[in-house]
Amino acid sequence: MPIKASKSGVPSRQAESRRRFLLDLSRSATGVTLLSLGVGLYSRQSASMPAEAIRPPGALEEAEFASACIRCGLCVRACPFDTLDLARLGDGITTGTPYFTARDVPCEMCDDVPCVQACPSGALDPELKQIDEARMGLAVLVDQENCLNFRGLRCDVCYRVCPAINQAITLKHIPNTRSGKHAKFIPTVHADACTGCGKCEYSCVLEEAAIKVLPLHLARGELGKHYRWGWKEKEAAGSSLVTPDGEHRYNLPSGKTYDFEGEGLLESSQ
Amino acid sequence: MKNSPFPGFEATKSKGWLMAHKWLMLRRISQITIFALFLLGPVFGVWVVSGNLNSSLTLEILPLTDPYLLTQSLAAGHMQEATALTGGLIVVVVYFLLGGRTFCSWVCPVNLITDLAFWLRQRLGIRGASSLPRYTRYLLLVATLVLAFVTGSIAWELINPVSMFHRGVIFGTGFAWLILLAVFLFDLFVSRRGWCGHLCPVGAFYSLLGTHSMLRVRANAREKCDDCMDCYLVCPEQQVLRPVLNGRDKGIGPVIVSPNCTNCGRCIDVCSQDVFHFGLRFYNADPLGSDTNYLASHSSGV
Repeated sequence: MPIKASKSGVPSRQAESRRRFLLDLSRSATGVTLLSLGVGLYSRQSASMPAEAIRPPGALEEAEFASACIRCGLCVRACPFDTLDLARLGDGITTGTPYFTARDVPCEMCDDVPCVQACPSGALDPELKQIDEARMGLAVLVDQENCLNFRGLRCDVCYRVCPAINQAITLKHIPNTRSGKHAKFIPTVHADACTGCGKCEYSCVLEEAAIKVLPLHLARGELGKHYRWGWKEKEAAGSSLVTPDGEHRYNLPSGKTYDFEGEGLLESSQ
Repeated sequence: MKNSPFPGFEATKSKGWLMAHKWLMLRRISQITIFALFLLGPVFGVWVVSGNLNSSLTLEILPLTDPYLLTQSLAAGHMQEATALTGGLIVVVVYFLLGGRTFCSWVCPVNLITDLAFWLRQRLGIRGASSLPRYTRYLLLVATLVLAFVTGSIAWELINPVSMFHRGVIFGTGFAWLILLAVFLFDLFVSRRGWCGHLCPVGAFYSLLGTHSMLRVRANAREKCDDCMDCYLVCPEQQVLRPVLNGRDKGIGPVIVSPNCTNCGRCIDVCSQDVFHFGLRFYNADPLGSDTNYLASHSSGV
């Protein structure tokens, strides 16, 4: 910007001070903008949580959580088992926000949910009164090759320690094809009952846990919105929606019949 | 202007060391006591206060929450729960009465760092400062709110030195000390009173809270001022002194009404002429000569 000169050719005091003001303003505005850009980009980056970091019970979804949590640590103080910790700068988790690592200390699922009660901000949803309704994550048996039960042993530890035994984790029997005569007892997690407390991951006897609590967005698949279960639709409608059911017919070799009660293919009695 | 070896030299001679450092000492006691109260729980298991400066619970009943954080959270699109809002309201009322930036000099832990940097800067005779305008903090304040709105998160908390320091000491530091080191070095080498006096958006927010606050420093006895300049040398916000000390002829009253005065009281300490006192913001009209009358009738001697 050219400086208006007074008659003597020297910039007038007013022009000089206006120039100085504009220079100062652009200097500080530039600095502030650059700093904000940096912080903004950093906030994007820090929004991605490591999979092993689990939020306390009742935590809002991650995007909302970042706007709600005021990083005071009152939930950490309320936890009687010192499960929770506040993330430190450099941890890879949004600094100052609460989390726990199940393999180190799992959530003990207190009946009165003291961490949620202590939260002043609503980042931990005060509507959560029953700890069984918490969904901190979901246990997933990630390594089926090293899980002892998958190898045919009766470890069962994850199943035994689960606070919702027989609901969140059940044992499903499948044949043990290696021995040819035993059953394998497969720990099977049910999302409708698993709170993500992490006791299974904490207790897994392997060097590295075969069952891990993962954040829900990693642990769960999702059906296409347009997808319908044929048998449910059929039941609701009373009959098939696509083609009408016809009586099933077999083309059997001549002189044979088929017994549906288990005998199978038979010589025709005729 | 007299040449004294250090600011407050004359005051120390005339009032004694204790009276020439009274408010400084009280301020340090306040800052350290608040820190100690927060540390009592985690270190000794005595829970007077839990949480940190962002939000805390005292004696399991009194919630206190930083209203600046609540504002950012709101800008990010979250309505806080009643506990946090109540805590925020209490803080707003307290600082409305005591002066917004009283937080900066009596509570904020970063003040310990920047005061140290300033002291060292004087000691080492480091001069030459970047001409960062003081209103930069207000630009940064606006920027933090815009950031919260755009990112949908309380983004400033990622690097806020104030909460980094306080939370770091109470809950574990991580690499937070790097940010504090940066603030220290910035204040020492780059800009005189750089962080607290020019940049910090927390201070900027609290200055707005205290725009009409009750407790103020008054230059009731300003006709006694002998232009020794000691108060200018110690004041973290020098620009607030000039109107009061030199503005009498222009009809400017004796109260330091600038919201950026941090009520640190250091000017009271270092003045050998007892020009300054703590007082209320009222009785600021100054028909020539009334200062002395006011002083005579209202001074509580603090």
